Amino acid sequence: MKITVNGKSLEVSANSTVQQLVEQLDLGHERIAVEHNQHILEPGDFATATIEEGDTLEIVRFVGGG
Amino acid sequence: MDGFTIAGRTFTSRLMVGTGKYPSLPVMRDALAASGAEIVTVAVRRVNLEAREESLLAYINLDKYFLLPNTAGCHTADEAVRTARLARAAGLSNWVKLEVIPDDGTLLPDPVATVEAAEILVNEGFVVLPYTTDDHTVARRLLDVGCATIMPFGSAIGTGQGLPNPERLRRIIELVDGRVPVVIDAGIGAPSDASLAMELGADAVLVNTAIAKATNPVQMARAMALGVQAGRFSYLAGRIPRTEVASPSSPETGLIAKESAPTTAKA
Repeated sequence: MKITVNGKSLEVSANSTVQQLVEQLDLGHERIAVEHNQHILEPGDFATATIEEGDTLEIVRFVGGG
Repeated sequence: MDGFTIAGRTFTSRLMVGTGKYPSLPVMRDALAASGAEIVTVAVRRVNLEAREESLLAYINLDKYFLLPNTAGCHTADEAVRTARLARAAGLSNWVKLEVIPDDGTLLPDPVATVEAAEILVNEGFVVLPYTTDDHTVARRLLDVGCATIMPFGSAIGTGQGLPNPERLRRIIELVDGRVPVVIDAGIGAPSDASLAMELGADAVLVNTAIAKATNPVQMARAMALGVQAGRFSYLAGRIPRTEVASPSSPETGLIAKESAPTTAKA
């Protein structure tokens, strides 16, 4: 199924969780934050948050800044 | 120990350092170490899904540094609040360096939107460190809504113009009157600027570009730390007032030479 992650279209398998998406993107070891359909997830919720067709996710991390 | 406290947490280094614009992450890591900073700022950005990028946090020891996420790049209060919430969700802390800067190329803060966002975030339990102008009324509004520091600019971000309006900063420091720390953020170009900020009575300074873009960032980080320390010691020691009239440092009596010669000032 198609979802949108960080403004880009992405293919994931049906019934994926956010945790699976994070691992698929190889971000398992990064300190990240995820917004799922405008709702910010606590890190503990990644495993139970299920992704559906057409969902929109934002995944952010820390970068250099002032 | 001459420390200062933000929201119950005490720091001994009065130099906060940003992590942007370094020639490389190893140079950033070494500059942070040389600066002696305890608080380092970071930005929050989308993970790049196209190209794998090195992790900033691989170069920052979280046992040693307190990470302060900013809302840089946010043009509105809503964007800043959303970014702050995301930063908190990443699980490091509930602190945020609040920046709301209109998309007009000046990098000067929007004080009205900053106060608005600050109030929302304070009510959500955030420790809010707002980047603001050197306007004392805005500083008072930020105090009123419960900000944990006031962070007025010296001059515009990245300009290195130092502190062209020290009297305005002094007025803010007097207004805040020790209720929260005042941190001079942005515009500092050299250790002498950092010294001046501290001599005015600021509690700390935040520097990024002046270190990151120096020819030798690591050496400049050390220089900046010394500048901050010199300025702080000077503030504590109490500098002499400026006067119109010269006064000699050496005794005016007991001079050799002719009794009739006129006294000359200074040696």
